[in-house]
Amino acid sequence: MNNLIGSEGDSQRTLYPYVTGTSVVGIKYKDGILLAADMGGSYGSTLRYKTVERLKSVGKHSIIGASGEISDFQEIMRYLDELILHDNMWDDGNSLGPKEVHNYLRSVMYNRRNKFNPLWNSLVLGGVKNGQKYLGTVSMIGVHYEDNHVATGFGNHLARPLLRDEWHENLTYEEGVKLLEKCMRVLLYRDRSAVNKLQIAKITEEGFTISQPYALKTFWDFTAFKNPTVGAEGSW
Amino acid sequence: MRSKSHVVLASVNKANSELSSHQKKIFKVDDHIGVAIAGLTADGRVLSRYMRNECINYSYTYESPLPVGRLVVQLADKAQVCTQRSWKRPYGIGLLVGGLDESGAHLYYNCPSGNYFEYQAFAIGSRSQAAKTYLERKFETFMDSSRENLIKDALFALRETLQGEKLTSSICTIAVMGIGEAFHVLDQETVKTLISEFEIVGEEPPADAPDQGSVAEPAPADQGTPADQSASPMDI
Repeated sequence: MNNLIGSEGDSQRTLYPYVTGTSVVGIKYKDGILLAADMGGSYGSTLRYKTVERLKSVGKHSIIGASGEISDFQEIMRYLDELILHDNMWDDGNSLGPKEVHNYLRSVMYNRRNKFNPLWNSLVLGGVKNGQKYLGTVSMIGVHYEDNHVATGFGNHLARPLLRDEWHENLTYEEGVKLLEKCMRVLLYRDRSAVNKLQIAKITEEGFTISQPYALKTFWDFTAFKNPTVGAEGSW
Repeated sequence: MRSKSHVVLASVNKANSELSSHQKKIFKVDDHIGVAIAGLTADGRVLSRYMRNECINYSYTYESPLPVGRLVVQLADKAQVCTQRSWKRPYGIGLLVGGLDESGAHLYYNCPSGNYFEYQAFAIGSRSQAAKTYLERKFETFMDSSRENLIKDALFALRETLQGEKLTSSICTIAVMGIGEAFHVLDQETVKTLISEFEIVGEEPPADAPDQGSVAEPAPADQGTPADQSASPMDI
């Protein structure tokens, strides 16, 4: 039975993550896809690194956001860069779109999971090709799906309910950013590994842009924050 | 031959004797790619299996059809290896590969030498010269031809190779693929109807006129409207 998990001597598999990124939130909007993620890299409970870029572009048509182990994300970017390079080398008018990249990542993540050596990430992959918008997610065990709005980690619990209520087709860019900022603000209040420095990335048919890092305005004087246990004695 | 949106492959199947069945020369490789072979059909089977494998693997990883241009290059590289290793022999077949990719419909011819060329129309095998002569006269009309006229032209080209023998649906095979239409071989009934339609007319079909009379076509999607749509990206 031990052989199935790999012997201790030559074991070279991910056991637990070290430097991790927290949630990524993504939505489709009128012209394409918007992704938001903060720039924090936590080392356990320490908010160690504060300029980690967790949103990157992939080829001409896609963007990727990663949460989880940052070094594994860097490895994934190396795989993707190689994939895009070979795709470009064909030089034949065909190019890998977001759906293809998403499915490639799904294959990689699932394969690694089967070998008990996962890439410890949850990824959001979005893009636009030939007018078709695409937004999907892949987790470290290979679970994958597409939707109009996706999130990783805490974002699933805190951001998606907001998105379910407030997302609609044909959000403008400004509305989309406002909605994402609302989600990120809630995450900032409630997720202890969130840092107040975020970027928003956009991809449309025209191309990719990513904002400069900026901070959200926060308000800490809510009565609920001051007296959290009013109405629920014993809670925190 | 091919138009902007369709490829038609046609072959003559003469059985050895009344008792035996005829050789299968046209193979479906994927929904969007088909191949017709001439030469050592055993080698043809092996290469068809290789092509089907490549298509399936690509589809599995990327959930997207393999662009025919890339398949053709992989096939050509495989053939080239056999020309450079002393212990191998070249594949004894010429392949006409028809398929769709992002930029529309394509027709390629792969040689045993490892060369491949893209064609508007081509003929291979014994007595192909007669067909080539016909195609050389008519090829300029193919790009904008409707699906029906393309099939009719294929039947006419086939007739040229028979040198006076009657063209019946039992000795020929026609396969069609197009944007929105998966590769399929037309059944005998349909071919019979098409043959009788142009034999009644008794002359070559007009270059680009719409069909006279309705013909029961097997494929529901693309109808008799002339394919003068500008090269639309494939609906992947």
